[in-house]
Amino acid sequence: MDALDLARWQFGVTTVYHFIFVPLTIGLAPMVAIMQTVWFRTGDERWLRATKFFGKLFLINFAIGVVTGIVQEFQFGMNWSEYSRFVGDVFGAPLALEGLAAFFLESTFIGAWIFGWDRLPKKLHLASIWLAAIGVNLSAFFILAANSFMQHPVGVEYNAETGRAELTSIGALLSNNTVLWAFPHQITAAFMTAACFVAGIAGWWMVKARHQAQVDSHTRHEKVELYRPVFRFACVVLLVAGVGAAVTGDGQAKLMYQQQPMKMAAAEGLCETEEGAGFSLFAIGNPGDGHCDVQTFAIPGVYSFMATGDFNATVPGVNQLQAEYSEKYGDGQDYVPNLAVTYWNFRAMILFGVLGAALGVVGLWVTRKGRNPGRWFGRLALIAIPGPFLANLTGWVFTEMGRQPWVVAPNPDGDWTIRMLTQDGVSTVGPWSVGISLVTFTLLYGSLAIAWFGLIRRYAAAGAPGIEEAPDHDDDADRPLSFAY
Amino acid sequence: MELVTFWFILITVLWIGYLVLEGFDFGVGMLLPILGRNDTDRRVMINTIAPIWDGNEVWLIVAGGATFAAFPEWYATLFSGFYLPLLLILVGLIIRGVAFEYRGTIEGDRWRNLWDTAIVVGSTLPALLWGVAFANIVRGVPIDADKQFTGTLFTLLNPYGLLGGLTTLLLFAFHGALFLGLRTEGEIRARAIALAAKLSVPAIGVAVVFALWTQLAYGKAWTWGVVVVAAVALLTAAYGAFREREALGFGSTVLATASAVVLLFGCLFPDVMPSSTNELFSLTIHNASSTHYTLVVMTWAACFLTPVVILYQSWTYWVFWHRIGATKIPPGHGLPWSTPEAEASYR
Repeated sequence: MDALDLARWQFGVTTVYHFIFVPLTIGLAPMVAIMQTVWFRTGDERWLRATKFFGKLFLINFAIGVVTGIVQEFQFGMNWSEYSRFVGDVFGAPLALEGLAAFFLESTFIGAWIFGWDRLPKKLHLASIWLAAIGVNLSAFFILAANSFMQHPVGVEYNAETGRAELTSIGALLSNNTVLWAFPHQITAAFMTAACFVAGIAGWWMVKARHQAQVDSHTRHEKVELYRPVFRFACVVLLVAGVGAAVTGDGQAKLMYQQQPMKMAAAEGLCETEEGAGFSLFAIGNPGDGHCDVQTFAIPGVYSFMATGDFNATVPGVNQLQAEYSEKYGDGQDYVPNLAVTYWNFRAMILFGVLGAALGVVGLWVTRKGRNPGRWFGRLALIAIPGPFLANLTGWVFTEMGRQPWVVAPNPDGDWTIRMLTQDGVSTVGPWSVGISLVTFTLLYGSLAIAWFGLIRRYAAAGAPGIEEAPDHDDDADRPLSFAY
Repeated sequence: MELVTFWFILITVLWIGYLVLEGFDFGVGMLLPILGRNDTDRRVMINTIAPIWDGNEVWLIVAGGATFAAFPEWYATLFSGFYLPLLLILVGLIIRGVAFEYRGTIEGDRWRNLWDTAIVVGSTLPALLWGVAFANIVRGVPIDADKQFTGTLFTLLNPYGLLGGLTTLLLFAFHGALFLGLRTEGEIRARAIALAAKLSVPAIGVAVVFALWTQLAYGKAWTWGVVVVAAVALLTAAYGAFREREALGFGSTVLATASAVVLLFGCLFPDVMPSSTNELFSLTIHNASSTHYTLVVMTWAACFLTPVVILYQSWTYWVFWHRIGATKIPPGHGLPWSTPEAEASYR
């Protein structure tokens, strides 16, 4: 493997890994903030216990999300320095804004929230978790604005003298229609992830508490009453976010058809241009081997509808697009992304998303009008948790791999000269250096993932903590810390 | 003033913010096994920085992002050229960040010792390597006409670079010891101040040699003033440590760290990365910068956001500014390492 392959693997490994934690952080911060708000307004201690329980799980997750984020920023300079030279004038701005406007906010107020229990006034403490939640979501916006530039460059022009892309309008960059669709899609997906996580754990506990033979009936009732409202709240969030993700995903598909028709055709494994093209549910055989007879189970007309809103529309296939791209951007380059990867990841994203959302529907149904589900449901709730995580991961692999061979995909309606092939963006660093860092990060991230999973499992299984009496505020200077590492 | 000059100054300010703030939390991390004789001591030490270290680290992310936005060529050449040292810095920052959050989650000596090691290693590596990196930036590295770094890892391991690393290492340890003196009470405070006094001697010795070398080899007339400020600050810090006036001492190491950054960036200006291959290939604030438009946009953002950030960060320092001692540390609240009950509860 050369430095390009290694750098691509490293980008993939570090980004996918970082992205296990990020959607959960984005969704869970506001959900914990809502739990605390309910407690603040009603004084109902069950919500305080839920806040502390899911707050702890949130922090275990947040820690890894933060530290792996630094790698993402450094990596552009370390592995993709030619890309950084080409687009730094444009791409650096949203990254710097993310730091200034979002990272400071979240890191500072997370600290204030963790150590502010019983030290800050209740209102200010509640404001801290909300500010942290806003910061987390704001940072998603800036990073998606940066990514959307790579998918669909706008607000920029090519300077032949310096040989680089230069920013002409920050407003256009931040209101890129690609980010305006990608942001709500990502946020709803993140809320699905967090809601499924909360619903899974609360649902498991709700069932378990009812069947705990060793606890007396009073404790049992109390525990069921603790987890049940949290579970139903998470199911509602999951359902609303699921609908939101489907609607925004549809909007994104139509936009992708206009902006990156090759990615859309690859997602469908559509080799030849077709009128009223069907949506392929699954294929037998490998959609990547160049044959077009793999679409065995397709719903007629649906792909055309997804792309254009018309069931009978003619949509271009991979082969026609390859010919068009060759004419436009130069011969001798394969413009087709890896078809098997794009085809299967697109399907996996939809499948895992639907499976995750199903927990919300089933959960609300089995708990309707005060009913309680049987033991089977506890298992099911746990099994559902990975669904949205996998939907997020496969969705991103699809988005990023579907853009290949471009690192900056050309904007078909804009300035075509703003484009860069991935192979041209890589640093002139020796393969040894990249290889060493790829191995280092893979091993380090692997061990941290084991610690993360072990802790989440342990703390989830320990259940919501009891509530201690709030300490007296008179002797503020001498009393022990309410929370300490 | 030209915008590129403004951005050079702003990036200097961001590095001052980063190294002054994370400098002391690196120091606390490095001193963990030296000052922390038992687990309670170590918990006292970690709790002095626990609410703020994450916010401190964001200064680095913003300094990196600002360099990317304002001087993309500098960002590209520096980050790809200093590949392996940066890798080690990243590994350090990752393991220490996770360690702060995870060490208390499980009650068990093996678990805590593992993360304590991560804190020490993760604090020492960056404290040493930032000095090596900055010294090499000032010294100049081989850069060709295409703005590419053409050296190897060993290019960076020269006597001046290593002296720079030793300087930041000792300076941050000294800075951290004074911070602990200021933020703790009881026995651990006394020990921290005594250690600060001991550390002041080698720290000042190495820093003086490094500052003079920097000034004589790369300095300008006005940077002599900075050298003097740094020297006075360091001597005052030592005085503060020996007289147990830790507030004076800590304030002085803040000033000393800030003047060290000003000295290095002052020597650099108007270059951002001089080339040792040929002066003509040097990256300067002019040939490494973004366009005027990008700088204008970023200037507006920085002027609005930076004061707000400084305001709320200062607020958290103020809220959590109370001395911590062994008596204020509540019992550990982690889960047991593993018990039959815990295992059974999964089923």
